[in-house]
Amino acid sequence: MTDADLPALVRQEGGRVLATLIRLTGDMAMAEDAVQDAVVRALERWPHDGIPANPAAWLTTVARNRALDLIRREADRTRKESAAVLLDQVVNRMAEPLSDSVVRDDQLRLLFTCCHPALAPDARVALTLRTLCGLSTVEIARLFLVEDATMGQRISRAKKKIETARIPYRVPADHELPDRLPAVLATVYAVVTAGHHAPEGEQHDRADLAREGVRLARLLHELMPDEPECAGLRALSLATYARRDARVDAAGEVVLLAHQDRRRWHVDEIEEADRVLQRALTRRRPGPYQVQAAIACLHGMAESFEATDWPQIASLYAELERLAPSPVVRVNRAVAVAEVEGTEVALALLADVEADLARWHLFWSTKAEMLARLGRVAEAVEAFEAALGCSPNDSDRRHLQRRVAEVSRQ
Amino acid sequence: MPRYAALIYEPATTEGQGTEEEWAAIMAGHETFSAAAGAAGVIVGGEALQPTSTATTIRRSGGPFGDHVVTDGPFAETKEVLGGFYLLECADLDEAVRWASQIPGDLVEVRPVIDFSQM
Repeated sequence: MTDADLPALVRQEGGRVLATLIRLTGDMAMAEDAVQDAVVRALERWPHDGIPANPAAWLTTVARNRALDLIRREADRTRKESAAVLLDQVVNRMAEPLSDSVVRDDQLRLLFTCCHPALAPDARVALTLRTLCGLSTVEIARLFLVEDATMGQRISRAKKKIETARIPYRVPADHELPDRLPAVLATVYAVVTAGHHAPEGEQHDRADLAREGVRLARLLHELMPDEPECAGLRALSLATYARRDARVDAAGEVVLLAHQDRRRWHVDEIEEADRVLQRALTRRRPGPYQVQAAIACLHGMAESFEATDWPQIASLYAELERLAPSPVVRVNRAVAVAEVEGTEVALALLADVEADLARWHLFWSTKAEMLARLGRVAEAVEAFEAALGCSPNDSDRRHLQRRVAEVSRQ
Repeated sequence: MPRYAALIYEPATTEGQGTEEEWAAIMAGHETFSAAAGAAGVIVGGEALQPTSTATTIRRSGGPFGDHVVTDGPFAETKEVLGGFYLLECADLDEAVRWASQIPGDLVEVRPVIDFSQM
């Protein structure tokens, strides 16, 4: 361990401890103060005393004592019965032993609370990064390209709602999971995809964010090993993350899947994703994340774009459209169908969703590429122009302009 | 035990426009809900409100203690209007939402009630 790794270790361990402190104190703000205090102490002490054998236990003990101080002080100050009752409850809860399984359940509770449907979707992602990944408000603001103050407000409003509306701190019962798990899966996946779609110039940050997403997906799967969709999300996240180094070229330009340098893919991660997925599939409870993971793994294991198992991918997209219909899924399916049944069939699939996706540049660029393949140059250029009219980011804009020039010369 | 107000909204366009059968169906829905939530001890109070055409608004200028002007109508012309409410006593938001989702109505908003004994 180098000195540079210490803050990262403390942050990660602090994230684990926070979930437990929230349960013990029943108060997110107080738990954060207590953990923050323990983190500061760790950064002062560990460089001299060495890293303790169990860093999380060390941090928990320090944070617990700090929380008790805070509650005692509040009870003394207000002399209210409710404060004394709270102190009793917390002391009792703290007397219970902390096994590994209790600590893991605490993290799962926190994840479900952060992803509660009563919170706005963008607040769920931010709160999850703040509490479970230990990112600072400033870091999260940078990742989502909003002002620090805006992100600070978003997070504090969400915390305030959890407290005031009493959003419970618990893992939903089995019969509630079908309603509640999708929001958790979507939040974790949003962390992963935000890592790929962040605008250019933030490459370091977006790799960090995608890595946090992969870590969360793994955590969720470890905590809910019997939910095949959690395994599916983990496999999907990992297989997508494995292509990170090929997604952007040296000049910072976006490289489409067809042109990516496959030697830059992390094959070991794709293989791990496939192992996780294959085990999940044996449970025979398919879902959208397992299907998307299967598609990502098939891409990941293909020698080249041309050698990809397109018939299999096209039928997986048809399955995905059945499980989770959306215009975007239709576009992806059309791309696969073009390789199997031909471009004309694919264009017909696109026509159904043109009205829904008229403001999405990737719809128009996909359609444009298909038209170009058929030699329908004028229509292709028109579709590229429509894509440029959807205000794509600078890198996509340059790509589209280059394609207009290339296609016009055909 | 925390209390939650379940506020029942309906489209302004259909407010008070229903047929007798529709009214009867909605009332039967409320009776079913009140019987279940009442037996569980969840309902602390609640009322149905007359249409917004009967509303009177008192608006103050210059803050909450300023001069007041009484005007006809609801405070804002909105697409949805408040038709009535229940006051529910529940352990947490999940329980409140579970009960509130059984209330008939186009839209039900759940709001925690301030507990003044804790202030």
